[in-house]
Amino acid sequence: MTATLSVTGLHTHFFTRAGVVKAVDGVDFQIAPGEVMGLVGESGSGKSITGFSIMGLIDDPGRIVSGSIRLKGEELVGASDEAMRAIRGNRIAMIFQDPMMTLNPVLRIDTQMVEAIRAHERVPKRDALARARDALGMVGIPAPEERLRAYPHQLSGGMRQRVAIAIAFLNEPDLIIADEPTTALDVTIQSQIIHEAQSLCKRTGTALVWITHDLAVVAGIADRIAVMYAGRIVEAGGIDAVIDTPLHPYTVGLLGSVPTSNRRGERLTQIPGMPPNVLNLPEGCAFRERCPRAAAACHAQPPIAEPRAGQVVRCFHPHGQEASR
Amino acid sequence: MTVFVIRRLLQAAIVVLLMSMIVFFGVNVVGDPVDMLVSPEADQAEIARVIRDFGLDRPMHEQYWYFLKGAASGDLGNSFIFGQPALKLILHHMPATLELAFTALLMAILIGIPLGLYAGLYPDRGSSKAIMAGSIFGFSLPTFWVGLMLIMIFAVWLGWLPATGRGETATFLGIEASLFTRDGLSHLILPALNLALLKISLVIRLTRAGAREAISQDYIKFARAKGLGTGRIVGVHLMKNIMIPVVTVLGLEFGSLIAFSVVTETIFAWPGMGKLLIEAILQLDRPIVVAYLMIIVLLFVVINLVVDILYSLLDPRVRLGEQGA
Amino acid sequence: MTDGTLPIPKAQSPFRRFASEFFESWIARVALFTLLAIIVLALAAPWITPQDPYDLAQVDVLDGRLSPGSEAFAGYTMWLGSDGAGRDLYSAILYGLRISLAVGVASGVIALIIGSLIGLFAAYAGGRIETIIMRLVDLQLSFPAALTALILVAILGKGIDKIIIALVLVQWAYYARTVRGSALVERRKEYIEAATCLGLSHGRIVMRHIMPNCLAPLIVVGTVQTAHAIALEATLSFLGVGLPQTEPSLGVLIANGYEYMLSGRYWISVFPGLALLLTIVSINLVGDRLRDVLNPRLSK
Repeated sequence: MTATLSVTGLHTHFFTRAGVVKAVDGVDFQIAPGEVMGLVGESGSGKSITGFSIMGLIDDPGRIVSGSIRLKGEELVGASDEAMRAIRGNRIAMIFQDPMMTLNPVLRIDTQMVEAIRAHERVPKRDALARARDALGMVGIPAPEERLRAYPHQLSGGMRQRVAIAIAFLNEPDLIIADEPTTALDVTIQSQIIHEAQSLCKRTGTALVWITHDLAVVAGIADRIAVMYAGRIVEAGGIDAVIDTPLHPYTVGLLGSVPTSNRRGERLTQIPGMPPNVLNLPEGCAFRERCPRAAAACHAQPPIAEPRAGQVVRCFHPHGQEASR
Repeated sequence: MTVFVIRRLLQAAIVVLLMSMIVFFGVNVVGDPVDMLVSPEADQAEIARVIRDFGLDRPMHEQYWYFLKGAASGDLGNSFIFGQPALKLILHHMPATLELAFTALLMAILIGIPLGLYAGLYPDRGSSKAIMAGSIFGFSLPTFWVGLMLIMIFAVWLGWLPATGRGETATFLGIEASLFTRDGLSHLILPALNLALLKISLVIRLTRAGAREAISQDYIKFARAKGLGTGRIVGVHLMKNIMIPVVTVLGLEFGSLIAFSVVTETIFAWPGMGKLLIEAILQLDRPIVVAYLMIIVLLFVVINLVVDILYSLLDPRVRLGEQGA
Repeated sequence: MTDGTLPIPKAQSPFRRFASEFFESWIARVALFTLLAIIVLALAAPWITPQDPYDLAQVDVLDGRLSPGSEAFAGYTMWLGSDGAGRDLYSAILYGLRISLAVGVASGVIALIIGSLIGLFAAYAGGRIETIIMRLVDLQLSFPAALTALILVAILGKGIDKIIIALVLVQWAYYARTVRGSALVERRKEYIEAATCLGLSHGRIVMRHIMPNCLAPLIVVGTVQTAHAIALEATLSFLGVGLPQTEPSLGVLIANGYEYMLSGRYWISVFPGLALLLTIVSINLVGDRLRDVLNPRLSK
């Protein structure tokens, strides 16, 4: 069975006046149909840029420098603008972080939903409206008929994000990229939205990339997880494996800074230092300046290793491997 | 909405009243009202008669009351030069001015918005920078001088267009205007362009600023992520947001177009009420000046009202906010 | 974006820092140089022009409407030609510049003083007085300046003093609004409260503490408004309701040349127009740069 999405060696750089920002610098991953992958990292780690690269929405001065993005085997890097437009919103959809900002404030919900359908299919307006109404119902919006005629500012943040999710599912895409879709919402709404998105994916067989900086959110939704640091994936694997037995020191640090109920009374750990300056990345492992395990070897780029089946890591000194050394 | 309109109407009435007071007392305190009412050639007996007839020996507030009563019934005195009611003369010359102002407004929109949009969408291109430099000049150049240059270049040197006058008019849909004849149109182009120049610069700046701001908004990126074509994104999502400030400002600027038509009409000998005003000022025909002022005040108030209503129709946030209040 | 390249703050006086920043832009350098040249030429007019256009003994009607480069009867070359009355245009333009600049600067300065005082008073008085004053300002600003000025000169009559009064009456509101705006911001700051607690007099607080903070926006508005005043005076004079023929500002010169324009004698209007243009544009460009340098929040 071919993967829904397979990304290999993706490099997306921004050629700014101050220098080249290597926002994404060698990213590989695959997603199977119906699978949910969590893409985790701090702000500036390149996780959102990875998402936008897949969507073909990288603007000047940014550019996909090299690598390949295949959607069901079809190459997207270098595809024409029109080909990418036809794919966006149709076969790959995206949900944004701030629901207050993603809907156009001066257009009604029905306009914004119908146009998303009619950009890809010649459908009579009435049929498109019916589909939009069903989609709103599907994401748990009460009285969808009324909501269709509303303007965005008449809906709450959670409502708006549901509308955005409904728009994403409108054309039954193969893949949805959700860029921190719950960060701006209340905790209670968060879990509802996560639940909604998850069950929709399972029902429709849509693959989902869930971009977030919040490990707790990912733990609740993802099948697999990829941790990004300074433009690279430093660790990836099944959700349980990575959370229970993290390999990369950065993952360990991230997990240590999550307040969870089973560590009551324990001190939260901190990752020392600041995320690196993307303009001036250190040679070798980008994490080494903050890493408690750093050694001379870390001045070279660590290779990808698979110490455990299905769990890969980019580190010379991964956790849990001391005994075998 | 009704409450909103009624409240605005009341405010407008107060402004008109206030302005009538300023005009009345301005003329009475600063100027000599006898000058206003009597032609300069009148003899002593005539002057005494006028003072008695118009109650100039009465207290100020009583006089103001008479002025208001006259104004309310459309009587603002007779022109010294033409011997006709001043109001009638002004109204007779108004269509020509309105035609000029509307054409200039149309030019500002048709020329300013595309140029501003272009400069906003491609800010780094040389042509965009040239457009912006041009708009700075448009702001700095005095209208009357540009008018002279237009006459010199297009009428005197090239001989393409007539320099002065209104040309033939024709009646269409009950409106008599030079727009509807070839000859009239050729007379209209230069003065309208002259009058429009300042507003074109303004619209370019507004549109560009609006486009630059909107383009970085999430809702535009979301619209792209839905797979909408560039035409729909620019034409609907961007334009609808840009149009709100542009329409508001342009509406308010319509009053200043009418005011500036004083200059343009004088240069191009356009038989509008601006030219009438200048002639009245030069010939000390004060009733005309007062009538013009009251008409302009009324016009401004009406324009402000219309713009407010238009604004609330364009921006759903304002419209519904008023309903809720 | 200047992250990472922040200059190390040197022990520089604020004025020098401001000046060096101002001169970074070549447009600003050119504009300021042009403006200074215009001012010097205008001031030096009586000593550097071949003719005093006011002195009827020096003006010969036989020299009328000569094209640029012609030789005058008196022997000198009229590089910019002559007008209908035989005045050398180069001389007339420099003398006209004197009047235009004087009217612009005088009305600007008076309006600045009056407007600032009213604005300060409004901000400091607060309450109903402030509301009434600011409503008045709003009302006046909602009418086009050109129209208000036109009406004022219609009531007041012609003459250099009348037009200055009219321009002041048109412009004070801009200054009042500017000063009141920045004074309001300053008024809320803690040091004003501290000064009040120290028992400083109202006058002292306003003059020593609030006023200096309004200076930057005032300079910017003042520059732009002066250009505006010059353009407005030229417009009024062109329309025949501004300055009389005896005080020929650039606007009057342009108006005089208008009747000759249709017969192809372009220079009588065009050259004074270019002088006016250069003056206004250079002041505006200097003002633009001042705004960028003095108030980074306003730039872009």
